[in-house]
Amino acid sequence: MMLHSVLFYVFALFMLGAAVGVVFSRNPVHSVMFLVLTFFQSALLWLLAEAEFLAIVLVLVYVGAVMVLFLFVVMMLDVNIEAAKRSIARYAWVGISIALLMAIELIQLIWLRNQGVASTGGFAPTPEGYSNTKALGAVLYTEHVYAFEIAAVILLLAIIAAITLTMRKRPGLKVQDIAAQVAVRAKDRVRVVKMAAEKKQ
Amino acid sequence: MIGLEHYLTLAAMLFVLSIAGIIVNRRNLILILMCIELMLLAVNFNFIAFSRYLGDETGQIFVFFILTVAAAEAAIGLAILVVLFRNKRSIAVQELNSLKG
Repeated sequence: MMLHSVLFYVFALFMLGAAVGVVFSRNPVHSVMFLVLTFFQSALLWLLAEAEFLAIVLVLVYVGAVMVLFLFVVMMLDVNIEAAKRSIARYAWVGISIALLMAIELIQLIWLRNQGVASTGGFAPTPEGYSNTKALGAVLYTEHVYAFEIAAVILLLAIIAAITLTMRKRPGLKVQDIAAQVAVRAKDRVRVVKMAAEKKQ
Repeated sequence: MIGLEHYLTLAAMLFVLSIAGIIVNRRNLILILMCIELMLLAVNFNFIAFSRYLGDETGQIFVFFILTVAAAEAAIGLAILVVLFRNKRSIAVQELNSLKG
């Protein structure tokens, strides 16, 4: 249990440090890298909370796919770093003071005004032979199967939207017109010419 | 003993940090998107903590769907960002005023 607490605080410290790096880093590429570290540390924290399936999903989906997408876009766009620097200097105190105010409110809500909801005993241990993935699958494909299908449709929508938004038609590109090729008839291509037979000299 | 309060506190700190990030980086659209991802992560922390506290898997199912929708949102948001950059050569928020009435 002691080791558990120490690991929690170490991972939490790294995660918050990486999140500070995301917010205050000068270079957007560094921000994305810090965001990867944040997601990785939170996956470790979810592992500590015995939500193993979601921890692995977070690493695979977020670190593996979404963050790579972010990195591609950041590297593709030629972002003006100088303008961002000026913005940080001018509005840092507003952001930090709002964040401190909200943090104080939320923390006193969690620790002092929780009306006895939370206990200090920690999470209940899972029973012997409990499989997080199996339990989630048992609920996901029975009770929440409609939501699961809607999620699939949302992902399909995201694919179609992203492709149609970013696809551009370049003028002067030589492409096949499949419909015209299929619809062609022999009389469009072959011209039969009637002419008198020629005599050999 | 690490319990519900610790996870909730951590999520609250992450959430306020991402709010500060949106205010501080409010010129840069791509950093705003990243801060929104951080906010969703903080929300997911709350769901997982309560799911473990109550011993109910529904919270983790909800996190699963939040991850799905957040991935779709990131993909579409970045596509919009790319189109925007192609048209205006900039992703600064204060230059996005062509729809101004």
